[in-house]
Amino acid sequence: MIEIDNIHVTFAQGTPVENHAMRGLSLFIPEGDFVTVIGSNGAGKSTLLNAISGEIRVDTGSIKVGNQDVTRRNTERRAGDVARVFQDPMAGTCEGLSIEENLALAIKRGDSRGLGMAVKREYRQRFKTRLKRLGLGLENRLEDRMGLLSGGQRQAVSLLMATLQPMQILLLDEHTAALDPKTAAFVLELTREIIEEQQLTALMVTHSMKQALEVGSRTLMLHEGKIAFDVEGEQRKGLEVKDLLALFEKNKGEELADDSLLLG
Amino acid sequence: MSLIAFLGAIETGLLFGLVAFGVFISFRVLDFPDLTVDGSFPLGAAVSASMIVAGYDPWTSTLLAIIAGGAAGLVTALLNIKLKILHLLASILTMIALYSINLRIMGKPNVALLGDDTLLTPLEAVGLPYYWIAPLAFVLVVVVVAILLILFLKSETGLAMRATGANPRMARAQGVSTTMMILLGMAVSNAMVALAGSLFAQSQGSADVTMGVGVIVVGLASVIGGEAVMSTRTILLAVIACVVGSIFYRLAIAFALNADFIGLKAQDLNLVTAVLVALAIVMPQIKSNLKAKKRLS
Repeated sequence: MIEIDNIHVTFAQGTPVENHAMRGLSLFIPEGDFVTVIGSNGAGKSTLLNAISGEIRVDTGSIKVGNQDVTRRNTERRAGDVARVFQDPMAGTCEGLSIEENLALAIKRGDSRGLGMAVKREYRQRFKTRLKRLGLGLENRLEDRMGLLSGGQRQAVSLLMATLQPMQILLLDEHTAALDPKTAAFVLELTREIIEEQQLTALMVTHSMKQALEVGSRTLMLHEGKIAFDVEGEQRKGLEVKDLLALFEKNKGEELADDSLLLG
Repeated sequence: MSLIAFLGAIETGLLFGLVAFGVFISFRVLDFPDLTVDGSFPLGAAVSASMIVAGYDPWTSTLLAIIAGGAAGLVTALLNIKLKILHLLASILTMIALYSINLRIMGKPNVALLGDDTLLTPLEAVGLPYYWIAPLAFVLVVVVVAILLILFLKSETGLAMRATGANPRMARAQGVSTTMMILLGMAVSNAMVALAGSLFAQSQGSADVTMGVGVIVVGLASVIGGEAVMSTRTILLAVIACVVGSIFYRLAIAFALNADFIGLKAQDLNLVTAVLVALAIVMPQIKSNLKAKKRLS
């Protein structure tokens, strides 16, 4: 469960390039919601994700994750509750470490780390089972360096790493945007399956309105650091991209200038 | 090269293998270019030599030298993390400060260990020729430290440290406190260097405030040289490469200085070192360039 109350974020405050990225956004995500987030460049999608994960501290307002106020906590102290897959496949994994070492790092997300061996035999079996379902043959390459894998493979492993341990919320930051269409479809399908199977609460930022409606149970649109609209359930069913545009124009009284959202 | 010169090169090579371990942790594992080494090496020597001369037993003295080195590493890490001073500059500041501190510890520019008991003294009773004692003892030390280092780097904490250097953002997202890892890594790194300095003083019979000059370059030369002559794919290989590189470097230097036909003298040591390091750094590049050319033709 996530509860965001009236958060403000301003970058480079007091300088000519001051950017008021988050302007009093409030959002409640109950357990089990799979929320997709859209918005044009600079709408605050990344800022929202970074504020939840702790990469960015909010100026005012509060953030609760699973009934705990985490507003003042840094990223590593939120890691037990917040799992994340980055947009850049290189960012979510360590290329110098082996596949099993990357997974071993993730199996301890939010836990204390001691001096015992990082890659234990019982973990290995678990890693193999998890990797097998990707259908990429990675279960036989546990000791290979991450750097040897393709972007799509690395992103699939990132997704496994993020979902290895329970969490309050899974953040997906345009995690298919940097992949070719076929691989992107594969990773998206995998995401959908894992979220459904493990009944995760997730927040997925996407660059495509079509995708935002196809997956998930709820869709948010951000605009200038606030929520432009928030649809779910019956209201969301049967919606098409052009309906979203109409909804946006109705709520904001202006036309959307960013074509990339329509083309994606 | 005589046997004594050869064993001497092995002895120094092993000791600087410990320095290479420290440099490996800072430069390679944490990606933290750390020049504190030039100060923590003589710090280890100064602390243990002064204590031994003052009558403390060599074990306590060596242990304290190690702790002092760890503290020096912590200072550099804190300057970087808390005061946001660029890592390279932070380490230079600590190094410069240590010069004064080392003079204070010894009370004079150098301390001689004439007739005092050192860690090597018990071995002299065994009856081996003196030039065999230090190399054999240091083999043992290096093997023990290497095993501990390998086990550490493969542990949960060690893995978190490696992730901190390779991808700090990802490490934080996995709940790793990157600041804690930098503090710990820098302390361990400089503790090892101080141990090397302490043993160096005990085998050479003196500590000198200037003995740290260029230690970082030698340590780096060992790490890079090791990477140039062998594969460092796994942690085990990477740690072994540090020692191999260090001994290789010493032998190369000993050979260069002993070969009369080249005409090099002892005062050319630093020049030779700089050339060797430069060569070791560009060699992988030249190799891959040659490979690329071959593929094209």
